[in-house]
Amino acid sequence: MQQDGLDIGGRRFSNRLFTGTGKFASKSLIPKMLAASGSQMITVALRRVDTGASKDNILNYIPPEVTLLPNTSGARTAQEAVRVARIAREAGCGRFIKIEVIADMKYLMPDNSETLKATEILAKEDFVVLPYILPDLILARRLESAGAAAVMPLGSPIGSNRGLKTAELIALLIENCTVPVIVDAGIGRPSQAAAAMEMGADAVLVNTAIATARDPETMGKAFSLAVQSGRMAYRAQLAPERLTAQASSPLTGFLQS
Amino acid sequence: MGGSGFHPVGRQDKMEITINGQTETVAPCTLSQLVRQKGLDPHGLVIEHNLKIIRQAQWDTLQLRENDTLELLSFVGGG
Repeated sequence: MQQDGLDIGGRRFSNRLFTGTGKFASKSLIPKMLAASGSQMITVALRRVDTGASKDNILNYIPPEVTLLPNTSGARTAQEAVRVARIAREAGCGRFIKIEVIADMKYLMPDNSETLKATEILAKEDFVVLPYILPDLILARRLESAGAAAVMPLGSPIGSNRGLKTAELIALLIENCTVPVIVDAGIGRPSQAAAAMEMGADAVLVNTAIATARDPETMGKAFSLAVQSGRMAYRAQLAPERLTAQASSPLTGFLQS
Repeated sequence: MGGSGFHPVGRQDKMEITINGQTETVAPCTLSQLVRQKGLDPHGLVIEHNLKIIRQAQWDTLQLRENDTLELLSFVGGG
């Protein structure tokens, strides 16, 4: 099959597993996970420096060829997300930004309308905007019009490891969106990542399921293989489902007694 | 400013500024000097000075003043 890269924001990603830096027991696991998985984009968050704490800079654990995707976590409104995005870009780590506007702390559901507002502002400022959303086709179309570089629908709540509970709605985005659809949040197992890719998702973003596995390095590789497998199956086009059996072996020419 | 009438005892050697929401007393210095005093890694460090983002190239020349408000931010793990 021909080359199968994913183009976002002027970069080509040959690996469709995006990862995150949260929740690792030790930062030293991050470069190992990146090497094992081959992931080429990874999220980071922006926070106040704790001047009394360790000066261990997370950027020192991410190889320079890996694209940084700062998120706007902590933002509860579009204005806060815009402020975080501008600060993140000023840190000199590129123009990619994952818009994450959350005001609901129980389910960590994204605020779709504030996310749209932030996307409208930041796309005009030449950010590569990847909004994290509850899958909604109408919103996704508006995000596309506003200049989003991709849409990132959630499979299930952040960190829940419950998989693709929103699969039917994500399928509508895959069917209709012109920008890449990246399934973000809730993917707990490699088989769920493969399922998302078989459906035609362009990529998946996995953090918790890798970072909190007993062996994050090996789990990173397992997810990467699942993503490759699912993508390959999607491109090969799955055989149709049937309600009844259809014999795989010929029904004639049996050996007679 | 040291010779003005606002400070009859002469040039101030200490001032109060707010760093990440905490009031601190520091000696007059530039932003660069403050970053060094705090032992911070400038790689990926972003500073808002009175709500305005200050580029690293300007840290050397930005003289901190009494009652300035700084936000020092950097990247951490996140999903």
